[in-house]
Amino acid sequence: MSVLIFVENWDGKFKKLSFELVSYGAKLAEMMATDAIALTIGKVENGELAKLGRYGASKILVAVNEGITTFDSMNFTTVIAGIAVQEDAKVLVLSNNNTGKALAPRLSVRLKAGLGSGVNRLPASLDPFMVYKKVYSGNAYANIHIKTDVKILTLSQNSFELSESGNNSTVAEVAVEWDNAGVKTKVVEVQKQEGKILLTDADIVISGGRGMKSPENWGPIVQLAELLGAATACSRPVSDEGWRPHEEHTGQTGKIIAPNLYFAIGISGATQHLAGVSSSKFIVAINTDKDAPIFAAAQYGIIGDAGKVLPKLVEALQELKGK
Amino acid sequence: MKILVCISHVPDTTTKVKFVDDLKKLDITGIQWVINPWDELSLTRALELKDDPSNDIQSVTVAHVGLAGAEPTIRKALAIGADDALRINAEPRDAFYVASQLAEAVKNESYDLVLCGIESSDYNGSTVGGMLAELLGYPSVSSVSSVRIENGRFLITREIDGGKEIVNVVAPLVAIVQKGIAKEPRIAAMRGIMMARTKPLKVVEPVEMESFTDLVSFEMPKPRAACKFVDPENPGQLIDLLQNEAKII
Repeated sequence: MSVLIFVENWDGKFKKLSFELVSYGAKLAEMMATDAIALTIGKVENGELAKLGRYGASKILVAVNEGITTFDSMNFTTVIAGIAVQEDAKVLVLSNNNTGKALAPRLSVRLKAGLGSGVNRLPASLDPFMVYKKVYSGNAYANIHIKTDVKILTLSQNSFELSESGNNSTVAEVAVEWDNAGVKTKVVEVQKQEGKILLTDADIVISGGRGMKSPENWGPIVQLAELLGAATACSRPVSDEGWRPHEEHTGQTGKIIAPNLYFAIGISGATQHLAGVSSSKFIVAINTDKDAPIFAAAQYGIIGDAGKVLPKLVEALQELKGK
Repeated sequence: MKILVCISHVPDTTTKVKFVDDLKKLDITGIQWVINPWDELSLTRALELKDDPSNDIQSVTVAHVGLAGAEPTIRKALAIGADDALRINAEPRDAFYVASQLAEAVKNESYDLVLCGIESSDYNGSTVGGMLAELLGYPSVSSVSSVRIENGRFLITREIDGGKEIVNVVAPLVAIVQKGIAKEPRIAAMRGIMMARTKPLKVVEPVEMESFTDLVSFEMPKPRAACKFVDPENPGQLIDLLQNEAKII
């Protein structure tokens, strides 16, 4: 029996979400009195792999095959499902990111394993196996009973505390089958934005809405983001107007994020916007309208015009950084 | 070429949800039902593809798993422009149950492209599309922001961490779509609404199927503490609170 954690790597590197997943899987394994096994697909250096051990994986498996060049959801499912069976995994843990969303449903069918998607805490009980997840875009939560013998969970990003454990871990390479003829997805082009903090990975996000009045006024938002090491985001009207790129749209139909700190600047806080950001640990709102719904979701607020408040805020931060 | 769009029927996204029966059921009083926003965008994109004669698309079908109460939503999809509709007459139990019913109903229909929204705004599962693909044995691409057809080949743009990837996928395939797939949802015109009344809406009975999960109960989120206001003339105070009270920067 085991808990199998699928840990994606990005060109052989892991990031915070990887360690979050392993921390979660290790705690779950502890609850189940079993081992946490981390699985990654494709070459990763030993030093990098050892990090997974630090967060509680007792065994680290690296699935390798020279044919693996593209993320093909069918073949990846075959590789992960094969290892899950070999390792007698009772629970599989994946991230609820793009990759996890592509794989978990296929694995659920392949392994006849009930799926709890987007969980943000450990199961409330193991028998019955009860998980808790956000529904109605954060306006409610649901308690879900997973009835199958094998279970799959996808973990919301930035929802679980990292925890290091001093346990020893072993690393093993596993040669896996890869059906080249069965690869139905071929990459034609890759467009990457280098050197930018990803919105979904960011601890702090500075987001602007229609209250910013025009795209020329974004300067202080970008400045604030640079000072705080934050990512920039925006509300839907702003991306619809083309003031900012679509990738920055946070909200129900855009990106759903859960940073430690979210600045909503000139954003009124409609239900659809809150659906994308309500899991943030702290929300700061700056808005001219004291009755704006964003203040009901925020811990800290400033009633005022962003155009006047932001330069002062930037100045105060610069002063602090200067010290 | 034939396209299938799977649609879910959900409360309008501005609904303040409430629950009844010991928090076991959604209180449906006063709820406006709509096509799940992502499915509506999928349908819009499917119709755009069909509008271009070079794509040679014969039909766009919508499929839904649900009881007769969802028929106004299905008629709306027909009014927007779908050619025909299929309703599997069953109360959804969980994502696996819904995907299985869809797979069973369409497995002999040979759709070239199946579109599913990345999630439904009610259960936020991001699950049915991938399950359907696996059940049908089709490749699937998730987090899709663009679907194009070039010389009969499907070119799909998917979001990856830090960028985008354009992939060519062998049909038949399932594309699980998110924002960007279409600019704005298409709206039904009066002519479409009239025509929708006579378009075929086939109802099939479900197959025997177990669910993998049960939704036991709902909970309401805990209310947040009241917002602490900072003087707009002195935003430095905010920095101080974030640093020393919230300890977040």
